[in-house]
Amino acid sequence: MGLELFNTLILLLLVVAALIALRVKDLLTASVVFAVYSFLMCLLWAEMGAVDVAFTEATVGAGISTVVMIATIFNLKRKSSD
Amino acid sequence: MFEDGSIINELFIERLNYLIYVVLLLIGLHAMIAKNNLIKKLIGMSIFQTAIILFYVSVGVKEGATIPIYLPEHDPHGSHASHSDGNETEQSNHGPVVLDAELVKGYSNPLPHVLMLTAIVVGVATLGLALALCLRIYQGYGTIEEDEILAKIEGQEMGTKPSVVVKSVDSSKPATSQSAKPASKPKGSSSPSPKRSKASPRTKAKATSPTTKAKTSGAKPVSPKRKAAASKSTTTGSKKSPAKPKTAASKSTTKAKPKPRAKPKAKPTARAKATSTAKKATASKPKPKTPKK
Amino acid sequence: MKKLSLIPVLLVGALLIYAAEDFPEWGSPSAPASASPLSSHFISNTGVDTEVPNMVTAVLADYRGFDTMFETVVVFIAGMAVLAILKNSSGPNSKKKIFHIETEPDIIVTNTVRLLIPVIQIFAFYVLAHGHVSPGGGFQGGVVMGASFIMIALSWDLDTALARFPVERCTVVAGLGIILYGGIGLLSMFLGGEFLDYAELANIFPVSREMARYHAMLGVEIGVGLTVTAIMFSLYANLSTEGRLKGGL
Repeated sequence: MGLELFNTLILLLLVVAALIALRVKDLLTASVVFAVYSFLMCLLWAEMGAVDVAFTEATVGAGISTVVMIATIFNLKRKSSD
Repeated sequence: MFEDGSIINELFIERLNYLIYVVLLLIGLHAMIAKNNLIKKLIGMSIFQTAIILFYVSVGVKEGATIPIYLPEHDPHGSHASHSDGNETEQSNHGPVVLDAELVKGYSNPLPHVLMLTAIVVGVATLGLALALCLRIYQGYGTIEEDEILAKIEGQEMGTKPSVVVKSVDSSKPATSQSAKPASKPKGSSSPSPKRSKASPRTKAKATSPTTKAKTSGAKPVSPKRKAAASKSTTTGSKKSPAKPKTAASKSTTKAKPKPRAKPKAKPTARAKATSTAKKATASKPKPKTPKK
Repeated sequence: MKKLSLIPVLLVGALLIYAAEDFPEWGSPSAPASASPLSSHFISNTGVDTEVPNMVTAVLADYRGFDTMFETVVVFIAGMAVLAILKNSSGPNSKKKIFHIETEPDIIVTNTVRLLIPVIQIFAFYVLAHGHVSPGGGFQGGVVMGASFIMIALSWDLDTALARFPVERCTVVAGLGIILYGGIGLLSMFLGGEFLDYAELANIFPVSREMARYHAMLGVEIGVGLTVTAIMFSLYANLSTEGRLKGGL
């Protein structure tokens, strides 16, 4: 039962992180919250037993994807209208 | 579907996970459609992709199963098995054996993991490419909000040939955002519709290029003048901008043909350097630039 | 107008929820994905066929090696496409570049990074080579290695990182990775088997057929790692400077 609770809690945090990443008007904040989302996904998969997928998501999603997005936002406007 | 309450019980308690996956999918899908900013659309795309991967991985979960790596007693190399167990030593001595069905149930299903590994890597490659496209759009239109881009495209299509040139002549004050737009508009429109942009500015270019040729006597005396005018009137204070017309001027002196056309383009942006050094630049590319001064 | 988009989204959601009640319970072993004969074949026969304890790596690099090869090609094409899109692009609206100008690299950051980078790179090699026995493999090791170069670019500046790994060499290394992968496949074809049938390599190397698959998997993962490293770094270098490779984050 503890595992179900853990799963449900992480899933709810995922939904919250996804909503926040899409609602903030500052693109840098959105990238960082998106990194949090990726990390929560990685945690969820590691708990489900998919360790290879979790490793890949940790490096690729929370690592490269975030850095590349921030490097792009550096060249664009940081404020978004919605 | 809602005949009796047990359906809701099943849906919300036993299959709560699937509900939340559906919610994540919907968040991603709605963001891709309804958000105005291009980067937010990309974040929505990534949320959608990871939610799908989550769904696939969770389909292959077995309760109470371990990770899909052989435990030491089933290890194919057989050397890590414990020696004290009576039953296990047979397996360890014989090396790798085919596992029977009971033991198979103790391992997680490796097949969804493999497919989703590929999906994650392809997703990040797509994200990188999409961000490069966003950068190009920003250079071309000066904004990454979708409604402003659509308004600019419609303005381009409504105002056909004369208004393009009129706009470029009017924007003689080189606020860089404005100069980015008309300068890049022929550039941006030259790729999808080369004929339209080639035909119109060339007529104007032929009228103005003799005047520019008359004005420009030599390479060096003109370019400091242009540089002074350019650096005085730019709104950018960046240290790189004086460097760029210098290099553009020095590079334009070494070239024979684009030289008289490259000089009036000694503007503080790197476009001068790009167009004067781009050997593959067709003749249409310098020509739309000459009306702007 | 954008509010109308909620309607199809909610419709899709309702359809998915309606379909969700047909799913098996979460985690039951009789789920169709787990009860399929293919996955049980993979679980029971990986040890016998390839002697690799990590089933995911074995399926990725051996049983489904064709998939992985084209995935590597996809990563390579994405890197080339970014290069093609951003090369010779017009300069940015340079109002912004006032701010990023000549800050000295911070002494604490540079010295810490100088201590960390060798450890990170050795860890990347470890993840690549130990992918047969523990979670890991070519992609993960390659990404960690690429991230170490990005770390050099972030703590000094991009020119320091490009002095160590120029973008031209990135493309060459990426191509080498794919050639290595395809080369191992072609080698097995020349030795009489099918494309990517690694067991045929036992004809030239003095190992058993299973160990030939084991070692060829390592070679293939090295190819994947090379490509992914080079492309991740060139992606960062191009995106942070809009193709001009000067300035940047």
